[in-house]
Amino acid sequence: MGIPFQDGEQNKMNKAICLDVKGMTKWFGGLAANQDIDFFIKEGEIVSIIGPNGAGKSTLFNCITGFYKPNGGKVSFFGKDIYRMRADKICKLGIARTFQVVQVISDMTVLENVLTGALLRFDRIGPATEKALEVLAFTGLIEKKSFLGTELTISDKKRLEVSMALATQPRLLMLDESMAGLTPVELREIIELITKIREQGTTLVIVEHVMEAVMQISDRVIVLNSGRKIMEGVPKEVCASPEVIQAYLGDKYRVVC
Amino acid sequence: MIGLAVLVLLLVFPLVVTQIFPLQIMILVFMYAMLGVAWNIMGGYAGMFSFGQAAFFGIGAYTSSYLLTAFHVNPWIGLIAGGVVAAMVAAAIGYPCSNLRGHYFAIASIAFAEIVRVHFNNWTLVNAAEGISLPMLDESFTNFMFHTSKVPYYYVALAFLILALVVCRFVATSKMGYYFRAIKESHDVAEVLGVNVVRYRLIAIMISAFLSAMAGTFYAQYVLYIDPESVMLLAVSVQIVLLSMLGGAGSVMGPVIGAAVLIPIAEVTRVWLGSRGTGLDMLIYGFMITIISMYQPQGVWGFLSRTGNKIK
Amino acid sequence: MPEQLLQQIVNGLLIGFMYSLIAIGLTLIWGVMNIVNFAHGEFLMIGMFTSFWLFTEYGLDPLFSIPICFLLLFVMGMLIYRYIVSKVMKGPMLAQLVVTFGISIFLSNLAVYLWTPDFRLIPPTILQGTWDVGEINLSIPKTVASIGSVITSVCLFLFLRRTKTGKAILATEMDRESALLMGINTERINSLSFGIGTALVGVAGAFLSTYYYIYPQVGGLFGLIAFSIVALGGFGSIEGAFIAGILVGLAQTLGGFFFDPAYKYAIVFMIYLITIWIRPQGLLGW
Repeated sequence: MGIPFQDGEQNKMNKAICLDVKGMTKWFGGLAANQDIDFFIKEGEIVSIIGPNGAGKSTLFNCITGFYKPNGGKVSFFGKDIYRMRADKICKLGIARTFQVVQVISDMTVLENVLTGALLRFDRIGPATEKALEVLAFTGLIEKKSFLGTELTISDKKRLEVSMALATQPRLLMLDESMAGLTPVELREIIELITKIREQGTTLVIVEHVMEAVMQISDRVIVLNSGRKIMEGVPKEVCASPEVIQAYLGDKYRVVC
Repeated sequence: MIGLAVLVLLLVFPLVVTQIFPLQIMILVFMYAMLGVAWNIMGGYAGMFSFGQAAFFGIGAYTSSYLLTAFHVNPWIGLIAGGVVAAMVAAAIGYPCSNLRGHYFAIASIAFAEIVRVHFNNWTLVNAAEGISLPMLDESFTNFMFHTSKVPYYYVALAFLILALVVCRFVATSKMGYYFRAIKESHDVAEVLGVNVVRYRLIAIMISAFLSAMAGTFYAQYVLYIDPESVMLLAVSVQIVLLSMLGGAGSVMGPVIGAAVLIPIAEVTRVWLGSRGTGLDMLIYGFMITIISMYQPQGVWGFLSRTGNKIK
Repeated sequence: MPEQLLQQIVNGLLIGFMYSLIAIGLTLIWGVMNIVNFAHGEFLMIGMFTSFWLFTEYGLDPLFSIPICFLLLFVMGMLIYRYIVSKVMKGPMLAQLVVTFGISIFLSNLAVYLWTPDFRLIPPTILQGTWDVGEINLSIPKTVASIGSVITSVCLFLFLRRTKTGKAILATEMDRESALLMGINTERINSLSFGIGTALVGVAGAFLSTYYYIYPQVGGLFGLIAFSIVALGGFGSIEGAFIAGILVGLAQTLGGFFFDPAYKYAIVFMIYLITIWIRPQGLLGW
């Protein structure tokens, strides 16, 4: 089920529903980390999921992408049921993701890392390597292709992780706190990258704390608090909402417009 | 190329060096190197550090030897049969262990190997602790038995080693190899790139088991006697891990280097120092292992490639 | 016959208490610094030999050599941690696995070199004979050793829960990073725990030497059994190791009774595998 994604034209009308989540629920012991969360993502959107620490954002990611087994709900990806599907199968269908704590293959070079991702769609090393080089040029890591995973800065590791995900040719890319710990310059670079990715036709869902970035690039924002969705709307609405501001009181991050 | 030169040297070696002892050492080096290469596929590459390879080694030896003594099955067929049996057992034990990593996997492998050993020690079908003595067939290549000289065994062992290296090289440079290394890093990373972790882990274990079993059949045909205490011992498994680590786990040639260094030292110290039962040879061995894991865990190959990188 | 069964149960309990003490040391080390000590059985062996030589050379009854064993192995454990194990803690996983194997091979063969591989036995001294309770035979040395093991285990519980250092060890075991943030010197806790773990198994060795054969390779099997117990109890859980030790002792004697005695150790290893497959965190682990 290879899904090439190079969609040249952006047809803004009649966008398909990319991801449809209904009633997502996940319990850890007595704690509801996710409770009855509903939302959908349209193809080509950039949607951010925000919320104070412990709101359940990463749990939501993990439940959707097959790293946790949710306790209830429904998830479909372009109409196909992926609820509780195995993580690698979900990747094959076209959802890629990054992790909150960046994970790359430390013993491999940057190129080899991305190559491993490309091998999902290209069985043979030759074509897969070409694809990997293409992706590295796209994400701006091509100069560092022979660096070992361990030799990279945090910012480059995150960029590498995104490259690896892109190499699997996803239709939906889910980024988990890619902007944490970046300098303003690095922040600008990653925002540019995200915009480029969207222009290529990939839908993006990002979990973020860096509000300036969130408000700048998102088409829509979904807000979680204590495991529930408390609000959803365009950035302007969300950051003005008293409920959202209230949720962040006492958190180390603040909502700013 | 260095490789070609070494190969030629190895091919010519028995024609030049005719004493038994060096020849025996070389045969052991080839056999242990093969076991190390087999271990490396699941350990060095896929990150499953098994301390129970002796079980597969022994299963291979026992399968072919039992088929030979009970049903007169040709040892070459027994060789393949042993590999298949070992691979199936590997899959059976590997599947429930699919989530295990690091220490937990290591101990599970020891537990598994010990269960196998205890079982074979008590299984009357294979003569339990008494072991199996292989019948003295006419000397021939077809019979996989040579009596007048060890030299043919030398070449067979070398051929087996080369086969194992070819398999390992193929794995390392293919999609499988990259997926193994991703799994070694973390299951999450592998899964997020679309790798079916369970399937690839099983593949690694099965290849490793098959090759180890082949070495087992070789041993049986070489020594003409096997028992659980010689082919299924934890010490054998540990030796395999050690030489792979010494030479450099995660590289194709690593275990070969490790075997080339460790086995002659072990054999020579055993003959010079160990025969009096003082344990001195093993004492030095234990000391070496400790020092190596403290100061050069990447092994010789790791050392060479880092030095090589610095020169570039 | 019920008496035979009861006898096996009693035997299982007696062995079990010994096993508990042996395993507690291992689980402590594992819980605190996440390293598998493959040389654990060898420290048991050293405890046994210490007790033997103190008896043979100085006529010291094994029970009185326990404090000496504790101290000797405590120091040994701390030194081995400080100069060897700590060096590989930041290294690759393979190095961590192999280094304690190396120590294990070194120690057991050092014993062979120094003391020959001969089997030795401490002749019964103050404690000897059996105690008959109805149809059941209680070997007095075994019983005393078991009671001693239980007392030692309880002492450890109290130390961990009632003293400041003990609580620091527990804190490090539960959450290393938080412990660091609270100002606990985790390196010191590491070497302390390694020392204590080693000392405990050394004491177990002293107890064991009152009735078991003493020889250089004795550590191998006990070490492996200890792993099964730690897995069953839950890696890092002291209480778990205590309970699991008893269960494994019972499983061993009853397994040997109902099935084939030759398979009794295979049963113990099966326990490890089944536990790790079905309930990886063990009985009481987290």
